[in-house]
Amino acid sequence: MTPRLKLPVLAACSTGLLGLALALVFFYAPTDADQGFSQRIFYFHVPIALTSYACFGWGAWKALRYLRTRDERADTESYVAIHQGVMFGALTLVTGSIWAKASWGVWWSWSENQLVLFLVLFLFYCAYFMLRFSVEPGSARANMSAVYALFGVVLIPVSFLAIRLSQKFIHPVVFNSHGPQMAGSQFLTFCVALAAVLALFATLYQVELAGKRIDAHLRELRELLT
Amino acid sequence: MSGSPPSEWQYVAGAYTVVFVTVLLWIAIVAAKLQRLQRQLAELVEKARVRDG
Repeated sequence: MTPRLKLPVLAACSTGLLGLALALVFFYAPTDADQGFSQRIFYFHVPIALTSYACFGWGAWKALRYLRTRDERADTESYVAIHQGVMFGALTLVTGSIWAKASWGVWWSWSENQLVLFLVLFLFYCAYFMLRFSVEPGSARANMSAVYALFGVVLIPVSFLAIRLSQKFIHPVVFNSHGPQMAGSQFLTFCVALAAVLALFATLYQVELAGKRIDAHLRELRELLT
Repeated sequence: MSGSPPSEWQYVAGAYTVVFVTVLLWIAIVAAKLQRLQRQLAELVEKARVRDG
């Protein structure tokens, strides 16, 4: 698929999938017997969290590619993926907090390893921008950013597994070694929502990347004309 | 406005609104950036035209 076609197709796919996911969440998925209506937050909260992990993972992969090839495009791609990851991470924290208030009666619980580790991961990647923008653009900045992005990726399995390693928790475990602990209709809704959020990430990633490339070309053009 | 705590559907609506507003805000930021790039490109085209006489 040509890049000119790719973006509109991605945007159309993510819009369609998001619409379908919302319809399934509110008109198809049954109300959870245990958590009630508030469980419907799960269908977007968990896919958003998984997408933020995917963004950070993608950012680390691009960082590794930069360190191997010294290709500036990989550095920009790593930066954009982490930027998207932070945005999805913030959404995870906010939607999770709202769900916690609805289910547990509290906005936040410091005793929950899963929550605290996700916050640590989020703050770690927030600090990525402080590091990146405190250094002048160039290879030194790209090297430091790439190494930092690679260190951060180690936190992802820790954050993901924390809930399973914890002995005492109130955060629900939906996926365990026996598979998804939900009805087939709920799992289908979850899968569509996950595909929708991943498609949204792909679209936003391509749009932001296109903006960064145009910006770089304009800067080059300005230098050529002056 | 009553002092009773929000019902479950209000929390659900709140969570989905946060996601929707964030995406909208992101689109607004991208639109603003596109306008800036368009303006800068127009300036450069003008500069190139002046240079070529």
